[in-house]
Amino acid sequence: MSGPANRRRAVRKLTNALALGLSGLATAIGLAFLGAILWTLIKNGIAGMSLSLFTEMTPPPGDRGGLLNAIYGSVVMTLIGILIGAPIGMLAGTYLAEYGRTSRISSVIRFVNDILLSAPSIIVGLFVYEVFVIRMGHFSAIAGAIALAVIAMPVTVRTTEDMLNLVPQGMKDASTAMGAYPWRTITNIVYPAARSGIVTGLLLAVARISGETAPLLFTALNNQFWSTNLGAPMANLPVVIFQYALSPYKNWQQLAWSGALLITLTILVLSIIARFVVSALNPGGKR
Amino acid sequence: MSTVAAIEPRHAAGQRVRERIFRGATLAAALVVLTLLGGVAVSLLKGSWPAFSHFKLGFLTREIWNPVTDQYGALAPIYGTLVTSLLAMLLAIPVSFGIAIFLTELSPSWLKRPVGVAIELLAAVPSIIFGIWGLFVLSPILQRHVQPWLIEWLGPLPLIGKLFQGPPFGIGVLSASFVLAIMVIPFISAVMRDVFETIPDVLKESAYGLGATTWEVIWKVVVPHARTGMVGGIMLGLGRALGETMAVTFVIGNAHRISSSLLAPGTTISASIANEFTEAVGDLYTSSLVALGSLLFLITFSVIAAARFMLLRLDRRALSSV
Repeated sequence: MSGPANRRRAVRKLTNALALGLSGLATAIGLAFLGAILWTLIKNGIAGMSLSLFTEMTPPPGDRGGLLNAIYGSVVMTLIGILIGAPIGMLAGTYLAEYGRTSRISSVIRFVNDILLSAPSIIVGLFVYEVFVIRMGHFSAIAGAIALAVIAMPVTVRTTEDMLNLVPQGMKDASTAMGAYPWRTITNIVYPAARSGIVTGLLLAVARISGETAPLLFTALNNQFWSTNLGAPMANLPVVIFQYALSPYKNWQQLAWSGALLITLTILVLSIIARFVVSALNPGGKR
Repeated sequence: MSTVAAIEPRHAAGQRVRERIFRGATLAAALVVLTLLGGVAVSLLKGSWPAFSHFKLGFLTREIWNPVTDQYGALAPIYGTLVTSLLAMLLAIPVSFGIAIFLTELSPSWLKRPVGVAIELLAAVPSIIFGIWGLFVLSPILQRHVQPWLIEWLGPLPLIGKLFQGPPFGIGVLSASFVLAIMVIPFISAVMRDVFETIPDVLKESAYGLGATTWEVIWKVVVPHARTGMVGGIMLGLGRALGETMAVTFVIGNAHRISSSLLAPGTTISASIANEFTEAVGDLYTSSLVALGSLLFLITFSVIAAARFMLLRLDRRALSSV
């Protein structure tokens, strides 16, 4: 009587232990990959870390050099990309969260924005190529910045809307009751209340676009020399990493590893800071 | 008193104007988002028109890709895109499911946040990093240790043996799938975790109260309840895998042909574009690459739209039940 019941219980317990063990194993695998990637980057990248990395231009094969023009180009294009993409994204997010909260067009825009959020970045590169590069007749830094802006925009739309929705309705009502127009309520009450959330969104957008490679391949291309001309091709870290890593030259490969370490550390630090800003905003809130 | 009365209407009028301007600006920005997607579709179609009108439907069904004779067919990249993505999902789904279970049901609470953040950081690593890691670290390991084993043990089998023939190249379809799987794991597990967390505790507790084991609670209560959201998360990961460019470009080997073996080099839509676009000479060559982009857009658009639709329904249901 108790024999089969005991056996069934043992089987159930065994299945349970096995399944839970496997799920722990899966987590260990996920963490191991993060560790392996970071370890490889540090091991290979640290050898090239020196002052000349930040003071010298990308060299011809076999020569010594640094990544100065690529770092400069990446910073400039990321900044311009954010300066174009973020304001549009924030205004659109404001519309979705405040003026058009319940309107039909807002749900369409939300859906479209979600699709843009996960659209392949290479498609964005082709789009900017078709619209800007062909018309200008040549690759340029500004086209690269626009491609990055197109990628940053949906990120800011999403975070702005989410963060504005966290502001208590009572605060908005109080401002409206004082006779303030909605724009006043939004700029004077809602934005300050959601400030850290919006900053987080911006940081995440910067983190997202600063490692993008595919959209820059056919917009900004690359430039072996120092250039501050926004109308001309400009060097940038991701494309330099791409070209140098696939080259047969040892010094180029070394620069690629150092660039990869640099870019990954920047992005990880940005992402971690963004998380701290969020938890400072609403301690005990969601994640 | 009289001055105040004179100022007041002017002040109010100024406020109204600013209100109009601000409201108009937010609406305009929202419409920019709306038209962007349409703009992408139209410009891609326009750019790919020469290729489509020249090759007609043959563009989709031919394997040839020859810049010298100006003959282009998209079959090999389409095949590569679908095979690498599906294989990546096969590898990624069980691992993601395990991570999501660990994070929601198993992990002690002090471990939850660090592990969750670490997995999310894996998602923030740019794809080009996965690419160079895949080329210099993962591919040699696969070539030396995994692929010879696959060839020896799975190669002689009937049916599936065909998938594991030929020399161990290291780079190829299998390596690309492997790197893609690592890339999409954080996305799928994050969505699954979020979906699992929407399940009311009462449901789980009542199952525990009946004597169910943790696994039985997960398999018989959590999973059925979370099915739509899980599929949505999986499709979101699939959309990402289909369009992923840099990671694949490094490790796929860029060969425009369809091999039955998973160990052979191949190509995907995005890898072909990334590799050849800046070197493409001639309108038909460029246009064929843009046409590949249009196909990718069409494929990913359908997958992502379906995923978002599933997650949308889930959000509404979660909201209505609160």
